[in-house]
Amino acid sequence: ARWRRAVGEGGGAGKEASVSDTETMYSVLCRLLPGRLGVCVFETLQKVTIIKQFPKVIVRHCRSGNHEWLTFRHFTIPKCQYVTKVDKGLYQRAKPKAAPSALPFPEKQPIINDEAVVRSVQQIPAIPSHPSSLEENSTTERTAMAGDNETTQDIKEAKQWKEMKVQLSDLPGIYARLSKIKLTALVATTASAGFAMAPVPFDLGCFLLATFGTGLASCAANSINQFFEVPFDSNMNRTKNRPLVRGQISPLHAVSFAVACSVPGIALLTLGVNPLTGALGAFNIFLYTCCYTPMKRLSILNTWVGSVVGAIPPVMGWTAATGTIGAGALLLGGILYSWQFPHFNALSWNLREDYSRGGYRMMSVTHPLLCKRVAFRHCIALIGLSTLCPVFDVTTWTFPLISLPINLYISYLGYRFYRDSNRNSARKLFFCSLWHLPMLLLLMLTCKKSLFENENVVHHKVQTEMQA
Amino acid sequence: MRCGWITVFPFAGKLSMGRIFHNSRVKEAAGDRYGVLAGRCCPVSSSAADQSENGAEISSFQSPADSHHDWVGPPDRLSNLRPMKFYTPKLESKLEQELRKLRMATQVWNQNFWLNQNVTFNKEKEKFIHSRLKAKGIGLRDGEGRKNTLSAEEMAEFYKDFLDVNYNKHVNYNKEWYKRNFTITWLMGRVVLQNAWRKLRKRKEVEQ
Repeated sequence: ARWRRAVGEGGGAGKEASVSDTETMYSVLCRLLPGRLGVCVFETLQKVTIIKQFPKVIVRHCRSGNHEWLTFRHFTIPKCQYVTKVDKGLYQRAKPKAAPSALPFPEKQPIINDEAVVRSVQQIPAIPSHPSSLEENSTTERTAMAGDNETTQDIKEAKQWKEMKVQLSDLPGIYARLSKIKLTALVATTASAGFAMAPVPFDLGCFLLATFGTGLASCAANSINQFFEVPFDSNMNRTKNRPLVRGQISPLHAVSFAVACSVPGIALLTLGVNPLTGALGAFNIFLYTCCYTPMKRLSILNTWVGSVVGAIPPVMGWTAATGTIGAGALLLGGILYSWQFPHFNALSWNLREDYSRGGYRMMSVTHPLLCKRVAFRHCIALIGLSTLCPVFDVTTWTFPLISLPINLYISYLGYRFYRDSNRNSARKLFFCSLWHLPMLLLLMLTCKKSLFENENVVHHKVQTEMQA
Repeated sequence: MRCGWITVFPFAGKLSMGRIFHNSRVKEAAGDRYGVLAGRCCPVSSSAADQSENGAEISSFQSPADSHHDWVGPPDRLSNLRPMKFYTPKLESKLEQELRKLRMATQVWNQNFWLNQNVTFNKEKEKFIHSRLKAKGIGLRDGEGRKNTLSAEEMAEFYKDFLDVNYNKHVNYNKEWYKRNFTITWLMGRVVLQNAWRKLRKRKEVEQ
């Protein structure tokens, strides 16, 4: 039976930054499994995926005729087993949105920060050409290579051993994964949102410096985090393809990279922007690497610490623009802080087994009631914080009104999660949080209290002074 | 277009806790196993003797004799950690030897911990499921021969218990792991500096 699956809104096709580093074409099983079977497989797969939305399947080619096949770009099912921030980013990108819609995924969620999510879905050449090639993944050994009948168990096993020799050409990819580049980009976007919301005339140079400096700091923090967590990452499905876990670089290399990012990053912020921003950046790195990361295995308080980590970048953006931590900065930080809870608690609800086995102490495992309560509480808090924005002249009064629908919706889902506490409600809440925050920030930007009013006043004052 | 199709969807449902294991795991050491890597045959490496005391159980893989680097293997089936074969240079300095021995020891220590952790976890999980099913009066398998499972909420009790019971063990492991990790990295740094210094000295001698 012929089938043509016109799947794929190809959501956010233009912004497939996440795809670019793993540009692999996958020939779907339907090439090997004819017609109806292929459909069944595909449909089964759709059911398998946890992610409700399935926007990333972009049908590139769909030919009729004897050789029907679909080529998927960036097939996300393997990624979707455990939703990651990367996925969040992807979904965010699926929505058409203006910059800067921020997905301030706090680095506090290492479990879900796997940038190299597209794991085992790779083409493998019939003969592996390069032992240390990034393309190869040991999980590929599970299936016989198509057409290669000579692979014995031994040879297969031996082929899985890789020389730990770093090829220069592999380095960019390795560094991207080490620094969790997508998450870093999102954090930097949050910082730039904070900058944009500050009530000062926009300074492009400062803006770029602040964003870039924050990005570097985030790279460094993420690298150190991975350096600390190698054996834990090995045991969690989403994180087991990180460079240090795979042995692509040595721990020393990772630390050197982190130093090479943090020193220029903080220097850039301190000297190029202002010392306050630099201090905040350094503090955030410290908080993330030395507080949050070890605490994940010690106490449930790690979630609160991690929320602070996620809240700091927009504050940094604000201080970069204004030089001080105003009420607006704290408000922005507060919104991001509150957002972390429904986001992370909902996600962690469905990962309790992995957390338990890995020895991570998360609310969802040890204090489930608290987990639900906190998530719901902070959904409500978002409404309150949004209402405070105009009070502190961050936005106009339009903002609480137009943000009310989405805030109410996430609160409703938070309530459902609190009441039902099942897999479904957790998933719904999590997915809502993915689009809720960028939407909120976007609305905030559109409702920003205009400077025009202030400028007019100044202009008038100057005029009167001149006349006098 | 030929392409090897990898098992992309090995985790239908919640099968293997998301773990993708190799079916093959060379634990049984056959003395003269050869691996064919990129067309090369790998004879016994010079460091095999050193590593056999510590890492023989991990794999019988022998790195090629002409390789000057460490080799990293596929994840272990039980511990999920990747074994490594460390390269022993001919003129190994004391520092390099210290580093290599520490890395080997850490590898064994890590392997033991995680193997124990994962095996214990799975065993206790099964025990918990059995006891709960028994209490409910349900058999271990349903009519179609599939295993009966408990709901997520029921399992959550076990997960919480497991974490609480093993808290001290985890804390101690963390402390030890951080210590070892730092020491290894510090030694690596010293080795790199030492090698750089050696090279510089040699160059100076050659120039003179």
